[in-house]
Amino acid sequence: MNMTAAEPGQRIGRIVHRTACALIFTFLMAPILVIVPLSFNAEPYFTFTEGMLRLDPDAWSLRWYRQILGDDAWRRAFANSLFIGVASTALATVLGTLAALGLSSPDMPARRLAMGLMISPMVTPLIISATGMFFFYSTLGLSQTHAGLILAHAALGTPFVVITVTAALSAFDTNLTRAAASLGAGPLQIFRRVQLPLIAPGVVSGALFAFATSFDEVVVVLFMAGEDQRTLPRQMWGGIREQISPAILAVATFLIVFAVLLLLTVDGLRRRAAAAGGR
Amino acid sequence: MTRPARRAAALTLPLVAFTGVTFVIPLATMLVRSVHDPVVADALPDTLDRLRGWDGQSDPGEAAYAAAARELLRAREERTLGRVASRMNRVRSGLRSVVVRSARRLQDFPDGPWRAVMLDIDDDWGDPATWRAIRTAGDRFTARHYLNAADLQRLSDGSIARQPPDQRIYLPLLWRTLTVSLGITGLCLALGYPIAYLIAHAPPGRAGFLLGLVLLPFWTSLLVRTTSWIVLLQTQGVVNDLLVAVGLVADDGRIALVYNMTGTVVAMTHVLLPFMVLPVYSIMRAIPPQQMRAAASLGAGFPRAFLRVYWPQTLSGVGAGSLLVFILAIGYYITPALVGGQSGQLISNFIAYHMQTSLNWGLAGALGGILLACVAVLYLLFDRVGGLERMRLR
Repeated sequence: MNMTAAEPGQRIGRIVHRTACALIFTFLMAPILVIVPLSFNAEPYFTFTEGMLRLDPDAWSLRWYRQILGDDAWRRAFANSLFIGVASTALATVLGTLAALGLSSPDMPARRLAMGLMISPMVTPLIISATGMFFFYSTLGLSQTHAGLILAHAALGTPFVVITVTAALSAFDTNLTRAAASLGAGPLQIFRRVQLPLIAPGVVSGALFAFATSFDEVVVVLFMAGEDQRTLPRQMWGGIREQISPAILAVATFLIVFAVLLLLTVDGLRRRAAAAGGR
Repeated sequence: MTRPARRAAALTLPLVAFTGVTFVIPLATMLVRSVHDPVVADALPDTLDRLRGWDGQSDPGEAAYAAAARELLRAREERTLGRVASRMNRVRSGLRSVVVRSARRLQDFPDGPWRAVMLDIDDDWGDPATWRAIRTAGDRFTARHYLNAADLQRLSDGSIARQPPDQRIYLPLLWRTLTVSLGITGLCLALGYPIAYLIAHAPPGRAGFLLGLVLLPFWTSLLVRTTSWIVLLQTQGVVNDLLVAVGLVADDGRIALVYNMTGTVVAMTHVLLPFMVLPVYSIMRAIPPQQMRAAASLGAGFPRAFLRVYWPQTLSGVGAGSLLVFILAIGYYITPALVGGQSGQLISNFIAYHMQTSLNWGLAGALGGILLACVAVLYLLFDRVGGLERMRLR
């Protein structure tokens, strides 16, 4: 204990700070935590029934989960989300990784401009991107097609790949590539055998960000998707707008579990990268 | 260019081209749409030709009537009449029904004189204002949508004036969007700074856990978070139930917390809070803890040491976080659309309305252009404070 910590003023300050932080964390977590138990509600209400609070087993049920799993529309939406997500992620990851390799080179001309351009899909309001894409993709006949949505989502996902891979490359020791080159490796071999293994965690996190972006994206989908391209978020959007039913909460719980898995994966990758880079 | 420079540029080329085609060109298309509208010009070329030399006051003459009659009929056959009429209606309200009705009735008249026929169908054809509206709607390039988006109008003498106060929509909307976003940014800073501080100064294990608590909402689907706020805040929801249970609110006096501006502000603050915490936290972690101890040993109390030593060093993180939150807030669509009700709508929601409901795509493009300009300025500022360079995803 140092002396200053013992001052009463500071102790009060610390208590106030801790209490405030507890409240703020409650604000952050409450919405996510409340929705999970409510998805097991036996009644079509959005609040805890008395039975639920008494932990009466009859007040809890899996009916909303059964309803979702038995519903063709939700299954199709899930399949669409997965397909569009995986395809757009693959595209975004390849393009983004290549670009990050270029951006990280000390010789890259007009780096700021290129970076600004590549990051712009991330900061442009989605409503604007969606409006522009709707106009342009319609003239190409790409609206209401899977291909159109894949291209659109890939465009929105690339900034994340560029950022994570650039960060991974900034931790990369360039002496390694020079050493490899001096030992006679060509550029492709250097990339495959030296760079890629070390930046792989960054590439994978970028890919996960890109996938999460596509998997959660609804504005472009609202503007461009037809009946056959309805994704999970689009299906949820309809459910929230029209008649919000606890079935939505079951889907939401699934997506929360999905988010936890993503978070843990990305965190694990970051730790691995930190350990590998010695930073 | 040197060979390594060419190689680096070549690696970025595929993405530059891809982003250019799939993203930048679409944005340009939207901006073009906001000033370029060929529908009327393409449908009524002869009519507009006749009106070119017209003084705008007198009768446009039989030739103009004949051309209009022929081209309206053709537009009706080609099924473009609806779009043509709605364009004209935006210049002069009421013109849609005149045009549609006239085109329908014109079928019954095999022959002119067309002036007499059209005046017989509708008196409005005798009003020069009708023809002036057609001429205006026939401009391929027009600033009309931007005037409209700025609550301005062009008077018949060509001068520009403000809309009457009760018809000003978009400037108050833009103002509301900016002030609400500013408020949300302030809230995010007020909530985000203390927890960033807590995390930055916690022992590693606990810091990792607390950071996880910030990141979980960040990774959770936006629709899920928005749904949660509906569930929590609605009148029969968890928060109101809690307030009733502890007796703060009577059962018949439940508070409307959602489907209004309150809902928009609460949900958006929640959604955007991680974007404030992360940059501030990463700046705080770089501040050596010895500094505060040194300040204390020199006799500064905590408030003074904080204000003079700590806070100034976090300003770049605060600036980057605030700009990021503000940029994201002014363009937000989903959350206000779902929890904002009537009063909690922002500029994005009006863009969506004009895209999907009123189908006034030119106006949607103009509103989008204005929003895009705001974001572009803030984005440059964000880059200036080094936000782009330091942008890290976790």
